[in-house]
Amino acid sequence: MTDISATAPLDPARLPFEPLMQRNAVISEAPWVRRTLIGVAILFLAGFLLLPLLSVFAAALGKGLGAYFASFNSADTQSAIRLTLIAAGIAVPANLVFGLCAAWAITKFEFRGKQFLITLIDLPFSVSPVVAGLIYILIFGAQGWAGPWFSAHDIKVVFAVPGIVLATIFVTFPFIARELIPLMQELGTDDEQAALSLGASGWQTFWHVTLPNVKWGLLYGVLLCNARAMGEFGAVSVVSGHIRGLTNTMPLHIEILYNDYQFVPAFAVASLLALLALVTLAAKSVLEWRFADQLAATRRH
Amino acid sequence: MSSIAAPADAARRAPKRAIPGFGPTLGFTVFYLSVLVLIPLAGVFFRASGLGLEGLWNVLTGPRVLNALSLSFGAAFIAALINAVFGGVVAWVFVRYEFPGKRLLDAVIDLPFALPTAVAGIALTALYAPNGWIGELLTPLGIKVAYTRLGIIVALTFIGLPFVVRTVEPVLREVERDLEEAAATLGAMRWHTITRVILPAVLPALVTGFALSFARGVGEYGSVIFIAGNFPNVTEIAPLLITIKLDEYDYRGATAIAAAMLVISFVLLLVINLLQAWARRRA
Amino acid sequence: MLFAGQVGAAQLLNASYDVARGFYKDLNPAFIADWKKHGGADLSIDQSHGGSSKQARSVIDGLEADVVTMNNPLDIDAIAKAGLLPADWQKRLPNNSSPSWSAILFIVRKGNPKGIKDWDDLVKSGVQVIVPNPKTSGNGRYSYLAAWQYARSKTGGSDDTAIAFEKKLFGNVPVLDTGGRGATTTFAQRGIGDVLLTFENEVGLIRDEFGADKFEIVVPSLTVRADNPIALVDKVAAKKGTTPIAQAYLQFHYTKAAQEIFAKNGLRPIDAAVLKAHAADFPALNLFDVEQAFGGWSKAQADHFADGGSFDKIIANAHP
Repeated sequence: MTDISATAPLDPARLPFEPLMQRNAVISEAPWVRRTLIGVAILFLAGFLLLPLLSVFAAALGKGLGAYFASFNSADTQSAIRLTLIAAGIAVPANLVFGLCAAWAITKFEFRGKQFLITLIDLPFSVSPVVAGLIYILIFGAQGWAGPWFSAHDIKVVFAVPGIVLATIFVTFPFIARELIPLMQELGTDDEQAALSLGASGWQTFWHVTLPNVKWGLLYGVLLCNARAMGEFGAVSVVSGHIRGLTNTMPLHIEILYNDYQFVPAFAVASLLALLALVTLAAKSVLEWRFADQLAATRRH
Repeated sequence: MSSIAAPADAARRAPKRAIPGFGPTLGFTVFYLSVLVLIPLAGVFFRASGLGLEGLWNVLTGPRVLNALSLSFGAAFIAALINAVFGGVVAWVFVRYEFPGKRLLDAVIDLPFALPTAVAGIALTALYAPNGWIGELLTPLGIKVAYTRLGIIVALTFIGLPFVVRTVEPVLREVERDLEEAAATLGAMRWHTITRVILPAVLPALVTGFALSFARGVGEYGSVIFIAGNFPNVTEIAPLLITIKLDEYDYRGATAIAAAMLVISFVLLLVINLLQAWARRRA
Repeated sequence: MLFAGQVGAAQLLNASYDVARGFYKDLNPAFIADWKKHGGADLSIDQSHGGSSKQARSVIDGLEADVVTMNNPLDIDAIAKAGLLPADWQKRLPNNSSPSWSAILFIVRKGNPKGIKDWDDLVKSGVQVIVPNPKTSGNGRYSYLAAWQYARSKTGGSDDTAIAFEKKLFGNVPVLDTGGRGATTTFAQRGIGDVLLTFENEVGLIRDEFGADKFEIVVPSLTVRADNPIALVDKVAAKKGTTPIAQAYLQFHYTKAAQEIFAKNGLRPIDAAVLKAHAADFPALNLFDVEQAFGGWSKAQADHFADGGSFDKIIANAHP
């Protein structure tokens, strides 16, 4: 295994997918092309992703660590964090159950209109967040279809926690299903058939055969769904009512702080969400790295 | 993000209904979908229908609405195009090359999914404003980004980037090296291998990523309103116009624009999914 | 915390406009202390802030606010139209239900490099003006109406010259933020524009947050009186059984103590004595009133800000 490429000596152990590149330079590009492409990619990502991320942390830490941590002392901030956790804590499991059901029905069976159903599942993802919030106002608002009934029974939906949960479910609706469906399609039904023919019940088959096969894809879907659930702004803003300490989620609280010219606290709360994103992504990377073989094995099953 | 595709071959080979649970899972899927998504969305059409066809037409063809719609769709289109090109390069570089910091960069790709859109908007505005880190460099060159249409494109590029990278990456990984090697040993030039072997294989994923990025950008609100100048007819996006209509207590006008956007989005997504089904079948 | 408010102490919700946050942070504790001193039961007051119209819309759609406190009467009229409070709400409390008011002033950068003294200077070429969208913010609406009134009350002025004036003015506006706070951030934080049009009560906060030595205030020769009306949302308060507390809360706005709090937060109190005591903070102004100059708020709204109104026409070809 001689190293032909003059650039960067590589550790094959870290490269589950690239062994061929080492052996056969004929299917790779000239070093200058490679360097140019890498340069373009890095520059592009730096300008569009890294710098915005850095600027969030720079603004949050602009007045020192003391000011940064003091930002989390306010009762309103803490209640915003709590509410965000509650909303995500309900929305993510709900979409998890839905995602599993939808993926099972779509990938294990044939039926008419499947493509149409998949498109409908995707729909929330392209609906403007403003509209996503508005639809619940049109139904549950005091002037809406069901509003008077709910009001008469003293059930608050919009401008209260249930409305926030509904809006969060809506915007994160397709995330887990989208992650699972292609994976389960690739896996096919052979394993399940085998288990069933050996006498396993449907539930046992799902629990001991299907779930282990899709667990990494499922976890990735849950992580993304959770990140988006906690970060949603537009839709939640429409149904929240913005009552401090009661119906403000973290993104809404960030806006309020920002509009109060409290830039350090605003970006400090934002940095929590950015950290959450980074932890999510780190977890994902670690999973992929540690279980790369397993992942590759299942994906190529 | 992975892609959804038409029934895989494996599923087609399987004897039908051998696996239990079709009724309950499909039933629950349709129920959950109807209650949370379809019925609420129907409300938009119901409210908009109060205008009548002529009223609807008048709202949607007003110059300000037309300008906002064409801005939203146009800027989303350009941003998706930028993402298709640069996202494609990024995916290629991630899959094929090793370089320091690759893992870190790979980890931030999904950031736009997780960062609240309002924070993204504020951060981008701070960067690209004339006194920002990047704006300072661009202003002497006479390039204005913040508060122009260019700024809207920047925000939408940010929002849509992961869709292209995450759609193209797995496909690129799957492209058979053997095929490339075979092409190479047969004496094909590298450039030919790329255009004749790799590009056709990746193209459906690239188009899908483009379309997803486009669909997401059309409806985007939170990140755009901070960096756009929000000037009517010039830098006012359609979702902002919806909220402005609402603030005028004009629910029908607002829902009319929303309904138009919904229909276009749905058609778009249907095209995406059919496209993917087609790609699947070809693969 | 999920369903806080269902148990124990009475709870008021005040749906208010965007920039009244600082004021209510001071006023609410003062009222609660006063309420308890007079034998009232335990009480807490929640605040919801947002754009004036957005807040009114939320109340109409079911946000259970006992009281609304706004920066223009139009949005409370909209709530009245939805049947949540009587149409003659302005007659229920002193001074047309407005316990305080403010006015639109100019803020320029230190040293006033563009030499901006009055409205005429805003329409000169090369001057950039930051003002929020009149369609979405009270701040923008008042600024627009003040410019209109200035232009037509000049010698030889008319509604036609006012239109021309507004066209030039909005031709000089590079960014149209949706709210007053956004406009301030654009001006102070992003460094865009030469002059910011905003409420007098925002000036103090801007100086505190962005540096007192960075900005100067310019008082134009004519400006608009912006009343800040307050009202009880009868239906909600009746349902929640909070009518007496909510009424006491509103009346408290007219007490000496509350008037002092208004003054401290840069809002002009209607109590002449309190205003006089703070005369140093409030320069003399040449004012007009929207009700008188534009035939009432609903007429002003219909003529200028509604779909197809004069603002739409002005903006149609005012490319920034």
